[in-house]
Amino acid sequence: MDFRFTPEQEALRKEFTEFCKEEAKSAPEGWIGGLAAEETDEGWAYHQSVVKKVAAKGWLCLPWPEEYGGKGHGPVEQLIFNEVMAYYRVPAIPFHFMTVAAGIMVYGTEEQKKEWLPKIARAEINWAEGLSEPNAGSDLASLTTTAVADGAHYVINGQKVWTSGAHRADHIFILARTDPNEPRHKGLTFFINKIGPGIEFRPLIFMNGSHFYNETFIDDFRVPRENVVGKVNQGWYVMMAGRNFARANIAFAAGGKRDLEDLIEYCKETQEGGEILAKKALVRHRLVELAIDFEAALKFAYYIAWLQSKGKDIAVEAAACGYYASELNLRLANTAIEIMGLYGTVTRESNWAPLCGKFQDLCQWSSGFTIAGGTTEIRKNIIAWQGLKLPRD
Amino acid sequence: MDFAFTEEQEILRKMARDFLAKEFPKTLVREMEEDPIGFRPDIWKKMAELGWMGLIIPEEYGGSSCGFVDLIVLLEEMGRACLVSPFLSTAICTFLLLDAGSGEQKREWLSKIASGEKVFTLALTEPSASYNASGVSTKAAEDKDGYIINGTKLFVHDAQVADYFLCAARTNLWSPPEEGITVFLVDARSQGIKITPLPTIADDKQNEILFERVTVPKGNMIGELNAGWPAVKKTLDRAAAAKCAEMIGGADWTVENCVAYARERTQFDKPIGSFGIIQHYLAEMWAEIGHARRLVYHAGWLIEQGLPCAKESAMAKARMSEVYRHCTRMGVQIFGGIGTTREHDMGLYYRRARQALPLFGSPDFCRERVACEMGF
Repeated sequence: MDFRFTPEQEALRKEFTEFCKEEAKSAPEGWIGGLAAEETDEGWAYHQSVVKKVAAKGWLCLPWPEEYGGKGHGPVEQLIFNEVMAYYRVPAIPFHFMTVAAGIMVYGTEEQKKEWLPKIARAEINWAEGLSEPNAGSDLASLTTTAVADGAHYVINGQKVWTSGAHRADHIFILARTDPNEPRHKGLTFFINKIGPGIEFRPLIFMNGSHFYNETFIDDFRVPRENVVGKVNQGWYVMMAGRNFARANIAFAAGGKRDLEDLIEYCKETQEGGEILAKKALVRHRLVELAIDFEAALKFAYYIAWLQSKGKDIAVEAAACGYYASELNLRLANTAIEIMGLYGTVTRESNWAPLCGKFQDLCQWSSGFTIAGGTTEIRKNIIAWQGLKLPRD
Repeated sequence: MDFAFTEEQEILRKMARDFLAKEFPKTLVREMEEDPIGFRPDIWKKMAELGWMGLIIPEEYGGSSCGFVDLIVLLEEMGRACLVSPFLSTAICTFLLLDAGSGEQKREWLSKIASGEKVFTLALTEPSASYNASGVSTKAAEDKDGYIINGTKLFVHDAQVADYFLCAARTNLWSPPEEGITVFLVDARSQGIKITPLPTIADDKQNEILFERVTVPKGNMIGELNAGWPAVKKTLDRAAAAKCAEMIGGADWTVENCVAYARERTQFDKPIGSFGIIQHYLAEMWAEIGHARRLVYHAGWLIEQGLPCAKESAMAKARMSEVYRHCTRMGVQIFGGIGTTREHDMGLYYRRARQALPLFGSPDFCRERVACEMGF
């Protein structure tokens, strides 16, 4: 057992840290990181500028083979980068980056890899996600958007929802039903294409007033046959290729740890009834509980990266990591606004808002973290069914 | 970065599991719980022959120079088996002797620990029930031949079978609490010692020890005069991490056995493990143990490397204590009525989880420690 990073990994961490510290300086005023990138034009411009620089350094795809623009590193190095980036709240990874890249890498043809992977690695593409539908959420395999072959194209019709970032995107990936006679996930195909005629987005405003999600209406959207990733009717597996990685996302643990540090600083500086918050037994208890949680979540994320570097299947551990860390962020946000009392709910437009109103914002966003990309319940099902081998019915 | 146990450690684990399954079945656990002494010298001797007591003792003192992570492997298996034995008590004294003992003391005592000849226990806690230096009020006063100890120790594990106590006593009444404590090695058969059993939830052989004018030779001082507390504190960090390892073993047993039971127990014509609520209970238990385990292994690895571990050990103890308590609670719930009985094994773990919680620092105590280490 050895918890040390290699000297090379330490050097990389130092390099990432220096870069992110520098980039963090040019964040827009009141920047709270995370999802803010797609919300405002300044946020988006900041995101784009950082992403381009990161891509130019080749850090987006550290573990990819070098022929596709990668650095031939392992999952641990990738996780170090993701941790540092999330800690400094630098929006360095394009949205849905891994979902598409992993699908093409594992299931794409050689031509597709050569065409798409370098463009993805250079962050030239901003993706919109076309997976969930109004009646296919956790039960994604029941989706009804159809794709019908028509000469050199497929013609797609249907409706998608939770299309995060569509209003910033230029490309879309869509999971659609190509064989209505095959049951559930067996008749699905994975498409990638430039957004064009036949795609219409409508904002789906989040509860805090932010424009992050969209509804997508697909009406005779034509996709060339060569843009099918993997085999026809095997799109489910293409989508799953990037899923495990997304579930082990360390951003929740690393970004949340930074938020907790801010909360601790706030508690050290703020008095309530003549007493420093951080000296109150109940507040100390709550802060330490969260600190322990984040420590465990970070350690668990590295454990998963290590498993992955050994070629192990991480589906079950990634499910545990995902639900634990997303629930933890929700807990952090709720605890923070409770500690802050009346101030906790003041939003960023007011000068009275502590820490730019970050925690009232986070407690809204994080109510979606435990749903997006696999609900807490689905993740627990994965642990129970795949990990503990409990019967499904 | 390597989160795997070594091949040798896996062999150690298998050997320990097989040995304990054969030599220490649950029938014997129950017998030992009810027995006032609760000690099987024959099994202790076999454990010594397997090298367990000497595991972390350097070769020059008759041990096998293994590390703290090896000890974690062994303790996990002991926790899984609900072993009743003075192993952990003796191991805790081994930490203290290794850290603070003189060369001569180590040569004399560690070899006797490694061979299984002598059983040790730490006589630290008192009616104050505190793990802080201020909780120690037992006094040791200098006399012409040595020191004379007076006071009451409480919550002392395995005093009923120990050959020696490592007793923390106050040698300076006027200094700050941390600067007036000295550790003495006390022969358990000394005149003036009275041991009374303290019955507990887990029947884990705790005792009250009354020291009435107990004379200790000067040569039995462990470390320097008035300098005992830093060594005791360091020992407590290790004891907490060690206790966590036992808890991991018990928690693993709980999840494995609950999963097996949920697969076979049928109600409403279905295995109860097919019900979403039971699946989620078990998934949560598994995930919580998985996360807490990372904290424990990290603390253990830091100890093995000789790196500072006060914060990490306290984090591990706070979290693992609560995870084990929760898992055993859910374990009883999943087993249902039968899980609440004395005849079912689940109760053994349920009671041990509650016993382990306050030992070497309750979660509240540990969290306060973490807060101080984090600078607030």
